[in-house]
Amino acid sequence: MSANDSTLVSIRDLKVHFDLGGGGPLDKLFGTNTVKRVVKAVDGVSIDIHKGETLGLVGESGCGKSTLGRAILRLTEPTDGQVFYNDRDLAHLSSRQLREQRRHLQIIFQDPYASLNPRMTVGQIAGEPLETFRLARGREAEQRVQELLETVGLSKRFIKRYPHEFSGGQRQRIGIARALAVDPDFIVADEPISALDVSIQAQIMNLLERLRREKNLTYLFISHDLRAIRHVSDRVAVMYLGKLVEIADAKTIYNEPLMPYTKALISAVPVPDPQVEATRQRIMLEGDVPSPINPPTGCRFHTRCPYAIEKCKEVVPQLVEIKPAHFAACIRISPAQPHIEDVAPGAAPGLPQTGPQEA
Amino acid sequence: MTSSSDGNLLEVKNLRTYFDTEDGVVKAVDDISFQLKRGETLGIVGESGSGKSVTNLSIIRLVPDPPGKIVSGEVIFNGTDLLLLPNDAIRKIRGRRIAMIFQDPMTSLNPFMKISKQVMETTQLHLGHSKAQAYDHAVRMLETVGIPDARGRADSYPHEFSGGMRQRVMIAMALSCEPELLIADEPTTALDVTIQAQILELIKKLKRETGTSVILITHDLGVVAGMTDHVIVMYAGKIFEQARTAELFATPGNPYTKGLLRSVPDPTDEQGKLYQIPGLPPDMAHLKPGCPFAARCDYVQDICRREFPPFVKLNTDHHSLCHFAREVYSESGGTPVQE
Repeated sequence: MSANDSTLVSIRDLKVHFDLGGGGPLDKLFGTNTVKRVVKAVDGVSIDIHKGETLGLVGESGCGKSTLGRAILRLTEPTDGQVFYNDRDLAHLSSRQLREQRRHLQIIFQDPYASLNPRMTVGQIAGEPLETFRLARGREAEQRVQELLETVGLSKRFIKRYPHEFSGGQRQRIGIARALAVDPDFIVADEPISALDVSIQAQIMNLLERLRREKNLTYLFISHDLRAIRHVSDRVAVMYLGKLVEIADAKTIYNEPLMPYTKALISAVPVPDPQVEATRQRIMLEGDVPSPINPPTGCRFHTRCPYAIEKCKEVVPQLVEIKPAHFAACIRISPAQPHIEDVAPGAAPGLPQTGPQEA
Repeated sequence: MTSSSDGNLLEVKNLRTYFDTEDGVVKAVDDISFQLKRGETLGIVGESGSGKSVTNLSIIRLVPDPPGKIVSGEVIFNGTDLLLLPNDAIRKIRGRRIAMIFQDPMTSLNPFMKISKQVMETTQLHLGHSKAQAYDHAVRMLETVGIPDARGRADSYPHEFSGGMRQRVMIAMALSCEPELLIADEPTTALDVTIQAQILELIKKLKRETGTSVILITHDLGVVAGMTDHVIVMYAGKIFEQARTAELFATPGNPYTKGLLRSVPDPTDEQGKLYQIPGLPPDMAHLKPGCPFAARCDYVQDICRREFPPFVKLNTDHHSLCHFAREVYSESGGTPVQE
């Protein structure tokens, strides 16, 4: 997958590391925290997001998926790497230049309670971006806000109300209206439905889908909910401890996951069908997700992987196109032997190749 | 221990729990009745504010009073009405014969107390264990729930454990007196999906081994499908439908249940527009007459806005609160029994 005309956002070897301190001269003097501790929340992620698609980003808590989403918009400063949008590298723009670009790139947050200013009316919240980017003022701005509210399914009578007067789902709609105010091309939706009830989740997913069609939007949809991800996404990227481990279209990744972590993740999703549940064989993972402070060497999943061999502790697997448009990072599979169940015990067909590591 | 002849461990009859709020009286649980058979798992499903948690707080009499109050009803546990017991008697049942696990394992553990001590407390209090006995028992329980190196880690503090581990500790505490009933309120909602699978598997395994009956409260229909024998669907403080799990999923007899089932994306299905239940849950302080779901219902008729719906028997162990329960049930492929 090389950057081509259909690519809207192109991420190259993006890293976000958080320095937790330690290892300084004073630390050594006092004998505390003698080792420098760094959380590698995002550690070398490369992926292209295509115009008009919904790319689902899925992973468990602490895998770095939200940090990746925020780093694309530079709400969190990347440590290294590039984010290309319209041929500009967002990661290296000055703050003034970045401001101009932000108009095109927006975000919807998880917590509809914390992401709206409680002292601003709905009209002010949705209208603020118009003012910031000098897109409209006065009468025109008010009319635009009314349209926005109707677009997201809220009555324009609500314009003078405050966030606390709304339910979670309605607040999420306000957050969506705010993101849409500037007519963006690209929206990072960071767990937009996780805090909502089931019946409201469906409403918000349908709303986002309708808006994508009507306004030619491109989404990065971040969620830990595989059922939701499968439903809204065209392609899905799976993240584990700061790295992408598998990328494929949504249907394929669900029906035919290749990387052992993805397999376990998908097998863990409860299916709302008692008959399926009764007969289903789950891949049970041992233990917890390791700490991102000192992630395991080699393949970061090797500590929990039922297929791990000695080599997995040493070699950092690269994303390889195992099947057409289906990338996975695992040394124990290769394009010739894509299914790990069929690979001879102890064999690592993905090993000797040097090369393709790009998604 | 008297055991009732019909095999019911728990029988809730006409339970009403109301809350006094600034907006008026909220009928969080309003006249609900159900039974739990010995050794079975009952799922209670509903969205936030449906009354599912208050139902269970009422069973163990932990409703904050004020503002909450159990207005009427009976909670018959092993032949005894828990609502009539004096406080010290209910305290002997809580944690001993009825144990609970809550959603958030961080706030339900004392951050200043060693894990071992917290697990020991239950058996020291209820079983009269000595310190040494209780410690051994605690370590054994931690091993049972799958804490690696339990003896070495028993003296850790809660913050040294991950969310999944803390939930295991909660389960160890809950099960250490071998309760007859375990109430698990959204036990896996705060956990990751691979950890959720571990915890659910653990609950199933322990249930098989000890024969404990379980009430599982959740909003996740997938969890209900895999874990329970019976399901209750709650909405606006009422039981909207109750049935055996397989029956409920195959042939739902209530428009709300139907809507809920359809609004969960099916991963094996093609993408398309997801069914959505329109509108919002009702304001519980200002319920209108008629069916509380009427404003959001696809099947709504005039009668629904006027009259409260009847609780219709559709089949053995299958009831639905709806004026058109039989029609909805037939449409799902069920054959309603004749009364």
